[in-house]
Amino acid sequence: MSNNSFTPTPKHFVAPLEETPLVAIDAVNVGERPSNLWIDAWRDMRRRPMFWISAVIILLVIVVALFPTLFTSVPPNDNCQLSNSNGGPTSDHLLGFTKQGCDVFSRLVHGTSTSLSVGIIVTILTTVLGILFGAFAGFYGGWLDSILSRAGDIFFSIPYILAAVVIMSVFSAYRNVFIISLAIGIFAWPATARVLRAEILRVKNSDYVMAARATGVTNFRILVRHVLPNSIAPVIVVTTISLGAAIVAEATLSFLGVGLPNSTMSWGNDISAAQVDLRTAPQTLIYPSLALSITVLAFIMMGEVIRDALDPKARAQR
Amino acid sequence: MAGYILRRLLQAIPVLLGTTFLIYFMVFAMPGDPLLALFGDKTPNPALLERLRQEYHLDQPFIVQYFLYLGGIFRGDFGTSFSGEAVSDILARTFPVTIRLAIMALIIEFVGGVLIGLVSGLRKGKLFDASALVVSLIFISLPIFVIAFVAQYIFGIQLGWARTTVSTGAPIQDLILPAFVLASISFAQLIRLTRASVIETQGLDFVRTAYGKGLSRRRIIPVHILRNSLIPVVTYAATDFGVLLVGATVTEGIFNVPGVGRTLYQAIIRGEGPTVVSFVTVMVLIYLAVNLVVDLLYGLLDPRIRYVK
Amino acid sequence: MKIRRYGIGAVALVAASVLALSGCASSGSDSTSSANTAAIITANGSEPQNPLIPTNTNETGGGKIIDAIFAGLEYYDASGAPQLDVAESIETDDSQTFTIKIKPDLTFTNGDPVDANSFVDAWQYGALLSNEQLNSYFFEDIEGFSYDEDSPLTGLKVVDDLTFTVTLKEARSDFPLRLGYSAFYPLPKSAFADMDAFGQNPVGNGPYKLASDTAWAHNEKIDLVVNDQYDGGRKAQNGGLTIVFYASEDAAYADLLGGNLDVLDAVPSSAFSTYQNDLGDRAVNQPAAIFQSFTIPERLAHFGNDEEGKLRRAAISMAINRPEITDVIFQGTRTPASDFTSPVIDGWSDSLEGADVLAYNPDEAKKLWAQADAISPWGDSTFQIAYNSDGGHAEWVDAVSNSVKNVLGINASGAPYATFAEARTAITDRSIQTAFRTGWQADYPGLFNFLGPLYATNASSNDGDYSNPEFDALLQEGSSTADSATANEDFQKAQEILLKDLPAIPLWYSNVTGGYGETVSNVEFGWNSVPLYYEITKS
Repeated sequence: MSNNSFTPTPKHFVAPLEETPLVAIDAVNVGERPSNLWIDAWRDMRRRPMFWISAVIILLVIVVALFPTLFTSVPPNDNCQLSNSNGGPTSDHLLGFTKQGCDVFSRLVHGTSTSLSVGIIVTILTTVLGILFGAFAGFYGGWLDSILSRAGDIFFSIPYILAAVVIMSVFSAYRNVFIISLAIGIFAWPATARVLRAEILRVKNSDYVMAARATGVTNFRILVRHVLPNSIAPVIVVTTISLGAAIVAEATLSFLGVGLPNSTMSWGNDISAAQVDLRTAPQTLIYPSLALSITVLAFIMMGEVIRDALDPKARAQR
Repeated sequence: MAGYILRRLLQAIPVLLGTTFLIYFMVFAMPGDPLLALFGDKTPNPALLERLRQEYHLDQPFIVQYFLYLGGIFRGDFGTSFSGEAVSDILARTFPVTIRLAIMALIIEFVGGVLIGLVSGLRKGKLFDASALVVSLIFISLPIFVIAFVAQYIFGIQLGWARTTVSTGAPIQDLILPAFVLASISFAQLIRLTRASVIETQGLDFVRTAYGKGLSRRRIIPVHILRNSLIPVVTYAATDFGVLLVGATVTEGIFNVPGVGRTLYQAIIRGEGPTVVSFVTVMVLIYLAVNLVVDLLYGLLDPRIRYVK
Repeated sequence: MKIRRYGIGAVALVAASVLALSGCASSGSDSTSSANTAAIITANGSEPQNPLIPTNTNETGGGKIIDAIFAGLEYYDASGAPQLDVAESIETDDSQTFTIKIKPDLTFTNGDPVDANSFVDAWQYGALLSNEQLNSYFFEDIEGFSYDEDSPLTGLKVVDDLTFTVTLKEARSDFPLRLGYSAFYPLPKSAFADMDAFGQNPVGNGPYKLASDTAWAHNEKIDLVVNDQYDGGRKAQNGGLTIVFYASEDAAYADLLGGNLDVLDAVPSSAFSTYQNDLGDRAVNQPAAIFQSFTIPERLAHFGNDEEGKLRRAAISMAINRPEITDVIFQGTRTPASDFTSPVIDGWSDSLEGADVLAYNPDEAKKLWAQADAISPWGDSTFQIAYNSDGGHAEWVDAVSNSVKNVLGINASGAPYATFAEARTAITDRSIQTAFRTGWQADYPGLFNFLGPLYATNASSNDGDYSNPEFDALLQEGSSTADSATANEDFQKAQEILLKDLPAIPLWYSNVTGGYGETVSNVEFGWNSVPLYYEITKS
């Protein structure tokens, strides 16, 4: 790897346009709309059962989050009696009781919005920041790469759980969904950025990018139309998993004593509280974990479908 | 190449300043007087408190504290903890333990994650793939403290295969169980990432060409598919090294590993700014070095990526 | 003085509590036949937060070690009764001037003699402001002490090699009782040359000594071996003591079950429901000198020093189902409170006049609350209890809040502070606007220690700013009475005032919960929750 060339000029030779014989094209179907990556993807996705299964689960979770009272009439935190502590299911309380004697099912239903919000806000935050930093750094390279990558390093060299502990302590008096999402997300995005940057480094040297460049397409357009869609697969994988990881991170912060206040229902809070009775009352741990797993599974499956749909080569194989 | 490395090393300086400033500021902004906590539930007399404040420069404004500390670092003085131990001594005894643990965890998650991910990718949609998804889901949806407690109870207490906690000197055999627990956090990510990458690589022209040329799967899979799928995986694993170094807070606590995560967490909770920043400084240096190595590795994994500018 | 803050599993175990010598003269002399007197006992502990200097160690992590390697004038036996250790006699006529005689021919492990100067110099050092010793307040009653400037203790006078006198600012009948506390330990001459170095590698005169210069492996353990020169009532029945430092009680408990630890003095909350099964008759659960409460400052609206405030305090107290909470949340590892002290302290009583305010009585609670509402309506306010969430308090705070909520029909919840430092700061600068968790672990086994520092007007740890002249007068009377039975009567009467005013709502006494391995026997826990390590034998 020598240091004597100044520009990353393509090593490939592309013939000038005027020399290319155009005889190969017999006819052009002018009625056909130009193919669009995203429209193609959608056409592909809607044919697949996995897409519909995950969509239904995600929709259901969202509905539960928005309208918890449709699913349970028991208020989650009222009338928690210690005499019911860790009690089994009854006809009014389908999943039994927590250690404090609160209704497990009701807490689960009412905790959905908190946990889902944390997962979604963190994911949006890390994805947006990650794509912005990763894409520009990887595609343009040079000094922009240095600045963006090192900026990412500043945040990423402080592990996000520890950073979140500090941030949650700083905002001790204002612990809410937004703050906790910010605390988790603000130090987690460089992971996405780095993965995307790496993939872009790989993709930007591909033949089709070279071709696009040779035909005079602007850099930015190349990035958005060609490079990004072809580099997005690992980002989708990381993102869909980090949605689950964010919900779990909320539980870990509760465990470390800097999570949401106990009066806020969340799966993370319930998982953390259930840890104490891991051996004697595992059911209080299993239900919130199960809700978490199913939600995460739905998002992972959805990510999988989107990834497949965006990958023209994978599509062609079918 | 040498120029590139030199440039990257120079770039480490602003990162170091940025990180230490950020963490020092955050710890400074934590509400509460750390010295009051030294007295437990007893309220100390004001004169004594004032003296202690002066001793730890806690009576100074933030920016003065930061530069006093930074000046100390340049003189090789990392400060002292509230317990009177030199921070440099604390660094010297905790980092070796944690680096050992992190490397073990990294190897476990990398080998396990890549193998399972590779097979999953090659057999997309088959039973193995589905089972791998379920297993990774379990790891994703269980917080680390639950995994750690369960592992400790089953393997440490019930089966007696491993020591329940890490004994003095943190020998390798004691670290195996915590390393597995630690690896489980990123295990799922690596499986999914490898799988996705393998599926994508499989569809690429050179792989089809290789099949077309009649090369055996034995040769195609490791040489063509795996090598070309590793870039995002290696990147992720490298970024994960930092997480493993200090993010091991919970695991180190449960298995009583006298390492960085646990010590740093305690320092944060106690508001010991200098200790926190010293740890972060060393960690940033390690992290930057690892990332540099990974960026150089890209070139090995994919010759098309070059460091020219 | 202070309370343990229990780690919640991760790393938060920052025990801040005080130690005292533990000892037992009666059972310390003979050991079981199969015991191996050379065997090393391993016990749980935590990394000392301060250098190992007696006057600078105020938390259990360092305190356990200090108590093992030093011997003071007295030690406390398992029941908390003081027994002479280094002292030959402690005499007084007026409870203000004490003459202390030391046993002859005692030495520190480096050969320095243990004499009157060892004590007087150590106390002078500990009391001096510029030495910044965390335990300096222990010398506040001695003549000459000042919080605000460097001022020698003029009340200490060396009479001869083995005799010195202590003069107090005013009569304190329980002063001799305090002398077993570690702040009053002696220091060898060599210590004063370089106190920093001494703190890392202390030289004492107790039943154990550091195994080597590098015995203290920071954050891992400390190795102690038997000090053959020690000849007091705490002679070691084993070959040594290794204290392993744990970041969490969970880790220590796992090690006990895994056979890697001999003696454990703190069962984690995650094992409350299982430890009796896990350990069988090797489980320990007995009351200790730790009192838990929450304080409602008088400055809070509706809780002033008036009729309404008293009604509401009583109502809240009666709305808390203490037996159920200690049973369900703590699995019987707490004992519902019946006064403001502790059952292990001489003079404790479960039948004080007015103690029925501590019994669960929902009907009466509702009635009193309604009467208070008639004076000034409560409205939609929320009753909150502040706590530090790094100390494992969330569970019981939630349970207490739910109990109050269910009985009184008002909103009640916990108000978590992220760190202990933050909570203490809000409490100390009086910015806190809610009730808050308070706890007290005694420094020495006396009733006064649970009352004076906490509820006397302007007392150092009177965080609720309670003031009642009647209470102050009874306290003063009790502490100047030489006869301890009479003094305890005064202290009990003082508590009866507290039961009416309820500056703090008593909750329960923390038990010491622990256990030990199959290979050790003769395990007994002291009044201060620390096992009497020197008695333990190992086969």
